[in-house]
Amino acid sequence: MPEISRDEVAHLATLARIDLSDAELDHLAPQLSVILESVASISGVAGADVPPTSHPMPLTNVFREDVVVPGLTAEQALAMAPAAEEQRFAVPRILGDEQ
Amino acid sequence: MSDPTPDLTRTTAADLAAALAAGETTSVALTQAHLDRIAAVDGSVDAGVHAFLHVDTEGALAAAVASDERRAAGAPLHALDGVPVAVKDVLATTGLPTTCGSKILEGWIPPYDATVVRRLKDAGLPILGKTNMDEFAMGSSTEHSAYGPTRNPWDLERIPGGSGGGSAAAVAAFEAPLALGTDTGGSIRQPGAVTGTVGVKPTYGGVSRYGLVAMANSLDQVGPVTRTVLDAALLHELIGGHDPLDSTSVDQPVPGLVEAARQGATGDLSGLRVGVITELQGEGYQAGVLARFHESLELLTAAGAEVVEVSCPSFVHALATYYLVMPCEASSNLAKFDAMRYGLRVLPEGVDAPSAEQVMRATRDAGFGDEVKRRIILGTYALSSGYYDAYYGTAQRVRTLISRDFEAAFGRVDVLVSPTAPTTAFKLGEKLDDPLAMYLNDLATIPANLAGVPGISLPSGLADEDGLPAGFQVLAPAMADDRLYRVGAALEAALHDRWGGPLLDKVPALEGVAR
Repeated sequence: MPEISRDEVAHLATLARIDLSDAELDHLAPQLSVILESVASISGVAGADVPPTSHPMPLTNVFREDVVVPGLTAEQALAMAPAAEEQRFAVPRILGDEQ
Repeated sequence: MSDPTPDLTRTTAADLAAALAAGETTSVALTQAHLDRIAAVDGSVDAGVHAFLHVDTEGALAAAVASDERRAAGAPLHALDGVPVAVKDVLATTGLPTTCGSKILEGWIPPYDATVVRRLKDAGLPILGKTNMDEFAMGSSTEHSAYGPTRNPWDLERIPGGSGGGSAAAVAAFEAPLALGTDTGGSIRQPGAVTGTVGVKPTYGGVSRYGLVAMANSLDQVGPVTRTVLDAALLHELIGGHDPLDSTSVDQPVPGLVEAARQGATGDLSGLRVGVITELQGEGYQAGVLARFHESLELLTAAGAEVVEVSCPSFVHALATYYLVMPCEASSNLAKFDAMRYGLRVLPEGVDAPSAEQVMRATRDAGFGDEVKRRIILGTYALSSGYYDAYYGTAQRVRTLISRDFEAAFGRVDVLVSPTAPTTAFKLGEKLDDPLAMYLNDLATIPANLAGVPGISLPSGLADEDGLPAGFQVLAPAMADDRLYRVGAALEAALHDRWGGPLLDKVPALEGVAR
């Protein structure tokens, strides 16, 4: 029977880039175990010979003509940025911890 | 300015369009009437219906003025030109906030329009505002909105369904004649059922998803939310059809939906084969919901349809399949909210010169609510190495079985039917911290999303035990959306005859609730 421990939830939260508080971990871990136990009921329902469906429409390779169309201006793209400088997104430092 | 009369807000979109065409009213008059109604009953997070997160008085009236000018100039007009509409806050609108009910997008104004919004604007429909929803469309009650719940116009202490509770409540409370919703597992149809309104999830790929902020790409669809089947057909025809900006959009003509609704309204269903889904009734369904469902079946039979029972054995696994497929897709879709290019940015406390990753983690903790976090963590788990085959792989194979059940069933019957939701509207707060109980609301609506087939919910009456609306669902094969409208309009006509008018005539007066 699947069970997600509090430590596992903390690890998953790190992978998903969410800083869960201790209180949130206490709250979420048991709920996730219950949900997982319930959805695990479908294991064994479909045999290995049943092909998977990832999408309701069997579409492959949708192409369009390779023509230039107008896009957003730099000003429009940056209008909602938390911070911008010199026509670029300004972001926190990306190096320095583990690198 | 014309005198707003209450009648305009209680008129169907089709009749408003006819009144505009006949010169009996103006778009400014009826847009103002709806804005006045919103001001009177919508209130705020504390009181009133609270269907709207943002009302665009100025923009709606400017569009109405432009519509009246076009009409006066004798320009060729779309049938709905000048009829106002409300838009779920998950659809991108230039110049209007688009929050998806989340703090992480508070104040975000998109630089582009969703294709469906562009089509509304091109056809001249004034947009009244953006409607409330569960955060990123995750929920069945609108209680997961970061901006507070919407209240059901039938009883303000009850949920309006979700995730599109705002669009359904706005239409049920006569704040808008038309609205757009989105349906990933039932978010148009279940709110329709519990508010006594009509909601349609089109065939997957039938309506463009460009500019719809995705929860689960392989399941999401945009569709109409209205008070009548004909109004839904009018709005569906306007937003439907191929869009080169959406690579999953079907490049086929939309079948004649308005024509099908008009034909259905004549009440003749002879030759139609209707299949009652064995697995979507009985245990877990409220007695009053089932009673109204069976009455509707009798009306279909009386209209000439042949009603038989059809078993779809894999449907009992649809809920579990959905709650694996959807979180997997959602967890990867919501990775884009990273605090770098748009949306909220929160700096972690007590950290000097935080890294981008620390900012990301602090922002996503502060910006996402409980249900969104639950689904992201669940999806991250089910997609992680070692579990992928056991969870996501298994769910994808069961999804195939569900599609096969539909194929087999549609070999025997033209449409399938069930109650839309297992119960009527429950009390606000009742299931808020019990995710599994909340998920059960989507039991009957989810199979259609997994297989990509279209579905409609229309009101079947009030449950005896609580006097609240119940919904009747019709499902059709992919790209046969016209069948929903034929059957829906025929049933609606028979029910209106029985009730002596629309069900929403019985909704309580709401004047004074917005204090």
